[in-house]
Amino acid sequence: MDRQGQIINPSEDPHLPQEKVLKFYRSMTLLNTMDRILYESQRQGRISFYMTNYGEEGTHVGSAAALDNTDLVFGQYREAGVLMYRDYPLELFMAQCYGNVSDLGKGRQMPVHYGCRERHFVTISSPLATQIPQAVGAAYAAKRANANRVVICYFGEGAASEGDAHAGFNFAATLECPIIFFCRNNGYAISTPTSEQYRGDGIAARGPGYGIMSIRVDGNDVFAVYNATKEARRRAVAENQPFLIEAMTYRIGHHSTSDDSSAYRSVDEVNYWDKQDHPISRLRHYLQSRGWWDDEQEKAWRKQSRKKVMEAFEQAERKPKPSPSLLFSDVYQEMPAQLRKQQEALARHLQTYGEHYPLDHFEK
Amino acid sequence: MAAFAATAGGLLRLRAAGSEGQWRRLRGAGLLRGLLQPESATGVAAQRRRVAHFTFQPDPEPREYGQTQKMNLFQAITSALDNSLAKDPTAVIFGEDVAFGGVFRCTVGLRDKYGKDRVFNTPLCEQGIVGFGIGIAVTGATAIAEIQFADYIFPAFDQIVNEAAKYRYRSGDLFNCGSLTIRAPWGCVGHGALYHSQSPEAFFAHCPGIKVVVPRSPFQAKGLLLSCIEDKNPCIFFEPKILYRAAVEQVPVEPYNVPLSQAEVIQEGSDVTLVAWGTQVHVIREVAAMAQEKLGVSCEVIDLRTILPWDVDTVCKSVIKTGRLLISHEAPLTGGFASEISSTVQDRDRTFALQLCFTVISLAHSVIVLEGEETLQIPFGNSEVTEIPTAEIESPAECTQEQAGELGHVPTGACAPAPSWPPHSTSASLCSRITTPQSG
Repeated sequence: MDRQGQIINPSEDPHLPQEKVLKFYRSMTLLNTMDRILYESQRQGRISFYMTNYGEEGTHVGSAAALDNTDLVFGQYREAGVLMYRDYPLELFMAQCYGNVSDLGKGRQMPVHYGCRERHFVTISSPLATQIPQAVGAAYAAKRANANRVVICYFGEGAASEGDAHAGFNFAATLECPIIFFCRNNGYAISTPTSEQYRGDGIAARGPGYGIMSIRVDGNDVFAVYNATKEARRRAVAENQPFLIEAMTYRIGHHSTSDDSSAYRSVDEVNYWDKQDHPISRLRHYLQSRGWWDDEQEKAWRKQSRKKVMEAFEQAERKPKPSPSLLFSDVYQEMPAQLRKQQEALARHLQTYGEHYPLDHFEK
Repeated sequence: MAAFAATAGGLLRLRAAGSEGQWRRLRGAGLLRGLLQPESATGVAAQRRRVAHFTFQPDPEPREYGQTQKMNLFQAITSALDNSLAKDPTAVIFGEDVAFGGVFRCTVGLRDKYGKDRVFNTPLCEQGIVGFGIGIAVTGATAIAEIQFADYIFPAFDQIVNEAAKYRYRSGDLFNCGSLTIRAPWGCVGHGALYHSQSPEAFFAHCPGIKVVVPRSPFQAKGLLLSCIEDKNPCIFFEPKILYRAAVEQVPVEPYNVPLSQAEVIQEGSDVTLVAWGTQVHVIREVAAMAQEKLGVSCEVIDLRTILPWDVDTVCKSVIKTGRLLISHEAPLTGGFASEISSTVQDRDRTFALQLCFTVISLAHSVIVLEGEETLQIPFGNSEVTEIPTAEIESPAECTQEQAGELGHVPTGACAPAPSWPPHSTSASLCSRITTPQSG
């Protein structure tokens, strides 16, 4: 669809039912609302760090919708919309950002390092592109298991410069793995624009060099993203080969709460994308032209989604952090003697000097 | 240099002619003589390239695991891999050149037996091999990755340290890659020089979340490798390459386990504890025998087996008994794993007076001669002895230079005469009067 939400080529219209498209819209906007509130909460010192997804919601939701719920997802860090689409509860997003006792990750990582076994979303790690060869291995195992599952691996155009990306592409092609490589080309890797990231024709052009079929799509057109991912999935499973999708989009927000992007790009540039080419706006135009959405519903939904987010947020704030003894478990499946000694030493230390630590905020 | 080239050329031609015995003589005499001993000895000197500075000592045939077969180290590895693929249908083996059997023949026959989807080559990319292996393990399938030489494991260091080791912890145990095992040939082989001889266990010892294992023999290797593969944590299994063919003993045909994180006291003694792993265990055994014979010193010999998590209790218990500790390894001295052992033992055992703690680096690199080329001897460690006395050292009247040297030093030095045996020492500070440890 174009920027006004009109289908350009009717033969490419996926003809998705109203319910599904409304789910797209609600997922993208709920994510947007959560992003605004959590970004603010970092500014207010309530959480330590946050990364928004502004402008890239279409890449997350369009691709997630084209997958099966059991397809394994390896992400980088800016794919929260995939989890949102898979109905990851707000409570758990917040729990991870607050690092409270409800966090499935046991409060061990920085915010936005989500993971969910139930929803087949592998826990995010900070090092970039490390997930790429891992996703290929997981796809190989899925192939061997005859699971009829695909693995999708998200990464940015910056991470695509890493050696691990090259490794992943080459392995996927030579070992014939059912994997979708999904590159979010959002124009920047922190402050580094694409002109300083690569000189070739983006990431899609690299695919054929490895023997991988590749496509470039308009990442802000949620239907285009959906179509490309759907077809890639069908063929990856049927033919046991990798596919590369480069979704062109724009990172409207800062890289993270530690970044002020006005230091390296103009406010005009950002406004342009925000106003002229935003995946949420484009989808809203489409919905409205179909009569599936209107201003009243928009108002009501904004209020409702904000309320949902605020409730989850307030609850998350009140919960304690996990027990300090959890510093030592899960390093190995079993706890080795040396770690147990360290755990006991910490316990003794806290018994004597506990007053110097904010132990009230932590579970016992 | 011209002489060198001419000699080298001569050697190559002769080798091509297939005259094995003659080649060896000329190689020993011509090349070495030409470069190292300008004055030639009379006739053809029967100098041979010294490769091994130790003798592999097989353990007695194990009785409790059923039928055994004579196997060398690589055959024992193959047997372990065969057992694993037989009982675990998800298990796969991959890496560079594993399909045809591997550069050290560890995977011979497995592709034919189990199929090309289970034993396969990957592109030449260690970070890819380990990353790929992690991904397989994340799905719950068993991944056995081969890195062709431990010297080449470093591109995979990020995947091992930042990813594999931390997978379970960082996800709150939602995900893990416990079914990953990485195998790599390890340690000096004589001619390997900088990049086919490394012992990088110390780099990985600093990384909680992985296990690091080094076997000393075929029987140990099969049992330890099977334990690593079945262990629910990512494991690195270093295989002493010099033992691949040189170590032969009776090994059970059926699967069996040797436990991880348990050191083995392979010889009991009362005067000093000697700790080593891998190839060096055999050197240390010889040292123990020599110490008994020449010095009347009774040595307790421990094979550490697992570097991480290591068996602190067994080592400390031994040192409490003997009062002295000597650790010997191939890897460089500074930051070598001996420093972890020595500092932990001294920290743990304040209740008694640890008399002396030594770290001795094995200088295992003899003359390195490749086909027609000669590379320099590169000393990996150094010949210093780290002495951390905590008690009075009485006069060294008891030991001579000669005897001190025999306790494990092998000399090195470029352009020296070919190493001779027994070695003479390069540093001496080794002697102390044994006093009774005070109990605390």
